[in-house]
Amino acid sequence: MDKSKETKTTDYPAFFRKRIFIIIAVSITPMILVSGIILYQFNRSYHEKVHAHLAELVLKHKQNIDGFLVEKLGNIRVLAKTFSFEELSDESFLRDRLEMLQRGYGPVFVDLGVINSQGLQVAYAGPFKLGKALYSTAGWFETAIKNEYVISDVFLGLRGLPHFIVTVRDNWKGESWIIRATIDFVAFNNLVGNIRVGETGFAFIMNREGELQTKPLFDVMPDKGPYLEFMKTKLKEKDDVQIVERKDAFGNKNIYVAAFLKGGDWLLVYQQRASDAFSDFRRALRVAFAIIILGGLAITSMAYLLSTRMAYRVARMDKERQMMDEQIVETGKLASVGELAAGIAHEINNPVAIMVEEAGWIEDLLEEEDFKEGKNLDEFERALKQIRTQGKRCKDITYKLLSFARKTDSRIQEVHLNDMLEELVAISAQRARYSNVTINTNFQSNLPLLEVSQSELQQVFLNLINNALDAMEKTGGKLEMSSKVEGDYVVVGVADNGPGIAKANLSRIFDPFFTTKQVGKGTGLGLSICYGIIKKMGGEIEVRSTVDVGTTFYVRIPLAKEKEKEEVVATT
Amino acid sequence: MGVDGFRILLVDDEVEFLETLVKRMKKRGMNVSAVKSGEEALERLAHDPVDVVVLDVRMPGMDGIQTLREIKRRDPLIEVIMLTGHASLEVAVEGMEIGAFDYLMKPINIDDLIYKAQDANKKKEIQKEKIRHMEGVESEE
Repeated sequence: MDKSKETKTTDYPAFFRKRIFIIIAVSITPMILVSGIILYQFNRSYHEKVHAHLAELVLKHKQNIDGFLVEKLGNIRVLAKTFSFEELSDESFLRDRLEMLQRGYGPVFVDLGVINSQGLQVAYAGPFKLGKALYSTAGWFETAIKNEYVISDVFLGLRGLPHFIVTVRDNWKGESWIIRATIDFVAFNNLVGNIRVGETGFAFIMNREGELQTKPLFDVMPDKGPYLEFMKTKLKEKDDVQIVERKDAFGNKNIYVAAFLKGGDWLLVYQQRASDAFSDFRRALRVAFAIIILGGLAITSMAYLLSTRMAYRVARMDKERQMMDEQIVETGKLASVGELAAGIAHEINNPVAIMVEEAGWIEDLLEEEDFKEGKNLDEFERALKQIRTQGKRCKDITYKLLSFARKTDSRIQEVHLNDMLEELVAISAQRARYSNVTINTNFQSNLPLLEVSQSELQQVFLNLINNALDAMEKTGGKLEMSSKVEGDYVVVGVADNGPGIAKANLSRIFDPFFTTKQVGKGTGLGLSICYGIIKKMGGEIEVRSTVDVGTTFYVRIPLAKEKEKEEVVATT
Repeated sequence: MGVDGFRILLVDDEVEFLETLVKRMKKRGMNVSAVKSGEEALERLAHDPVDVVVLDVRMPGMDGIQTLREIKRRDPLIEVIMLTGHASLEVAVEGMEIGAFDYLMKPINIDDLIYKAQDANKKKEIQKEKIRHMEGVESEE
């Protein structure tokens, strides 16, 4: 019965791994492909969206700043056109004008100055003491005297503070003169400094030389990064915005958005860390990855679970099939052994009969007077008795063999299994007492009637009980008899706590002639006969045994026949 | 054991078995003879009738059942004891149905065989007596 363990097993781990791999591949591949495509598309469109948003932001501010500059320039131009050099050269008048401007436009205009063609500031209104300052050598003056109007870059100038100026040139009596206004750097700076997006987005302005025109929020290295490239780019449309993404000197990826100001003199640059700009996308990406990883884990564990279960099931099925093969082989073997046994019984019976007969003849002859005096008469008689005894033993064996091979005899009848078992227990009680064995019964009440041969079934259980009693003969012990319905079978258990059956013997106990009893004590046919009888009834007989713990026989007798019969009765 | 007057015919294909059995039965004063097959038995009975036939069931040629049938057809009064090495009840039951007196299983106990044979003969004598009585009644009428 344990043979299945010895037979070679299929390579279940390999089968198992293959299963897992297939399930994971089939489930995860589409998940990754779909997520990948969606994420890629989403990434692209999100980038486009962010870029468009930033471009619009920068463009709006560019227009804003350009508008601011044009407006300030316009204010000064109006001043130059409206009033003459003479009027404006009057410092008190100029102060009035500055006050007016400051009233109208806020403290954007810091001061005003009127400068003649020699670069001398003839009048000044403002917080600094710059009256009569000579600008003839200042860089901005040269530009300002040549152009009708100028908005300068940011410079320190005489006052030693960063600022920039707006100048307008006009003529008075053939001489050029200039009116100059300083724009409040802080106010201007705020225009740009207020451009803030996210945590790292900020803007600043630089001129064509790469000098910063506003104070950036974070450190900027104008000679590094894409700024100079922006400068070189020639744009077709004046409102065009340039966008690039690249790593800065610190290794962080940034988005740079640039637009020209002041007719191309200045560059408004907006820059932001890519991670910041795309933080929403990153968050989505993280969620997506979390889902993919969780999904992957779920799939993997499911694959593992399913495969384990499948491998287990396949292994069990294989084992069952192996066991079935074994049982078929065994039944086949029993059938042929049965036929063989019948043949042997017939063939042996006759010679044994002759031998017994001859021995009897010698016995007869010994009774004659000639032999009565023989000194070995006793020995002769002992030997003959032995021959007769052994002949009888042969006879017993052949009878058992024949009953084993017998096809059918006993009538099928309704059997009250529990009553029958009780009877058998009662019969065995005497013997059990001698062996110091207690018999316990645990029968399920209301067992259905069985349609079997009563005498055959008796033979089976008597055999099992006797075996159990034999096993416990020396030690004493407990014999447990039980009966219960299990599915379509009644299961009868005969359990002893004797010495158990060695594993090597367990698979052979149903083989004919197999016995562990002493020579002459058992024929080795009892269990094969039981097996044959139970099999014939469509039942099963099964043994479980552990050495030093005990042995239990389970006999399963089918109920199915009764049902069939009922159906037949019902249909007729 | 005194000499019984009735005659017994043993039928078995095992010559050794027959010889010993004949010797032992003769030693016990039985009037016994033996043949080796069913055919021989019928031939012998044709000109040398006996009272009891002890017939082995398994024989080559005519088997025990066939021989029994034929014997009973020819002379229903002859009692037949079946001898079998075959534990099969069917054959024994079949033999009894056809009219065998009883059956014994090999190896046999010689005393059992002799008792059975005596019983069989007794039965035959009773039957004979009945028939004779009935014939007598008929003739008286």
